[in-house]
Amino acid sequence: MANAIVKEAWSSRIGVIFAVAGSAVGLGNFLRFPGLAAKYGSGAFMIAYFTSLLVLGISICWAEWTLGRYAGQKGFHSSPGIFHALIRHPMGKFIGVLGVIIPVVIYMYYVYIEAWVAGYAYYFLFTDKLSLGGDVSAYKEFWATYIGAHENGFLLSKGGQVIWFLLTVFVVNFFIIFRGLAKGIEFFSRWAMPALILLALVVLGRVLTLDTPNPALPERNLINGLGFMWNPGHVGEQLLNPELWLAAAGQIFFSLSVGFGVIITYASYLTEKDDVVLSGLTASSANEFCEVALGGMITVPAAFVFLGSAGIAGQGTFALGFQVLPLVFSQMPVGWLFGGMFFFLLFLAAITSSLSMLQPGIAFLEEGLGLTRKLAVALLGMLTAIGCLFVVYFSKDIKALDTIDFWVGTVCIFVMATVIIVYFGWVMGIERGWREAHKGAEIRIPEVFKYIMRYLSPLYLLTIFALFVLFNVFGWNPQTGGFTPTSYVSDLVGEHPNDVARMSVALIGVIIAFFVILIAQAGKRWDGRIADEATQEKGELP
Amino acid sequence: MSLGGWITMILSVGFVVTLFGWSMSKVLFGKEPTEKLHSLDSIDTHDTEGD
Repeated sequence: MANAIVKEAWSSRIGVIFAVAGSAVGLGNFLRFPGLAAKYGSGAFMIAYFTSLLVLGISICWAEWTLGRYAGQKGFHSSPGIFHALIRHPMGKFIGVLGVIIPVVIYMYYVYIEAWVAGYAYYFLFTDKLSLGGDVSAYKEFWATYIGAHENGFLLSKGGQVIWFLLTVFVVNFFIIFRGLAKGIEFFSRWAMPALILLALVVLGRVLTLDTPNPALPERNLINGLGFMWNPGHVGEQLLNPELWLAAAGQIFFSLSVGFGVIITYASYLTEKDDVVLSGLTASSANEFCEVALGGMITVPAAFVFLGSAGIAGQGTFALGFQVLPLVFSQMPVGWLFGGMFFFLLFLAAITSSLSMLQPGIAFLEEGLGLTRKLAVALLGMLTAIGCLFVVYFSKDIKALDTIDFWVGTVCIFVMATVIIVYFGWVMGIERGWREAHKGAEIRIPEVFKYIMRYLSPLYLLTIFALFVLFNVFGWNPQTGGFTPTSYVSDLVGEHPNDVARMSVALIGVIIAFFVILIAQAGKRWDGRIADEATQEKGELP
Repeated sequence: MSLGGWITMILSVGFVVTLFGWSMSKVLFGKEPTEKLHSLDSIDTHDTEGD
């Protein structure tokens, strides 16, 4: 087994920006954001949204880019290694476990959703399977059967078509990641991101020229669709709603992929002279462009024009994406083409995200255990395949997917982001962090961000996390003041626990334990490496 | 669509388009070359080769 540490690097600045932007742009930009903005009344929601962008999104993003590049100069590229370098304490490396667990575990179910999207793109472009008429219940039934939501084990025993799409996207992901950072992720992102934006602009052009498709229902027109999305409602009253702030902050937070373990890993491959301030801002603004200017103008107005407000209200991300929108495209002139293009752009958004979820795990296996990329890819492939099979098998009501998404894809990310911003503002120190961030910087961060990153961001993050726990764990009802634990809790410890939810949490526990053992092993290797370097330095002294 | 809706849409979309456009122009036409240090083909980490 080769023990040489592999030196990888980005080949261009625009490449790393597109790779980070590709990681951030995902299904949430086109499906979740528009639904939330319309639900909460866009005026108030956008105020909370842009406040969260400045205080949480961009601030934590800059901190994460800076810490990643800083630790990368010390030769560490995985989250445990980075925290081993940052926190010079034997426990430091274990703090970084979340930076590996989060992307690896999320990949296990995200790649499954990616397969749904790939399948829908294929069905639109090459079959008429999604020409199911004007009744949304037909699309609902198609989706439920397609993903095996009726019973556990359905897809594996009956061989559902989605399995073939899953196998294909799984192989494509690992083929690209196997090619390495520059030749794999960067090369792919450099054409996938512009292609995604181009496809979205074409679909947007189609939506903005829809006018009034059904003359019998003149109120269902484009202008009213845009109004449904953007009319502000009672701004003052809505801004007092804590759920609106939680929704806006959560959307910014998860959309920008901060606290995910990806940005810190990607930034660790930069050199000391590479800019992180402008690059971080550009990657974030690319995500915002896709979310607000493209996602905000396509999804809800298109759905309104064909279904009216009743067809959109209360729809979740999956319902909007896999039930409402297929119906909309099937009713649209040349809908097979625009539907195919829309789902293909969603596929590009998904695959650039899923690729980014693999690199932190690969980086850890390479530098922690000294594996070659080939072995690291094989090991991570086996691990994620097992987790993915678990999610696919327990497909009834997507319980396993939903449970893992909640505990890892939401709770763990809050914790990791808090660690990053607190380390940057308080442990490293804001002045030192500030100097570190501006090494090689092409633009300067406004001075006010010193106070935002040191005080406001951690406080805002902890407040949002407290609200999140109150609403989504303890089920707090602000009207009555009562508490009714949500299903995420009652499934685990209630009178009627759910076995799948319990097994899902147990799976998360096993994966965490597995990586903690590997990190302990890696720590010995890193300590030995540091001791060797110290001995060499002594030997070189005259 | 109300006047407030138009204002919300124009401000929101305008802000992100301007921010993205400004950032990209700084990256593409700023001081630092976008292709630097290495070219894509010059990098071969040998990490995909056998043990």
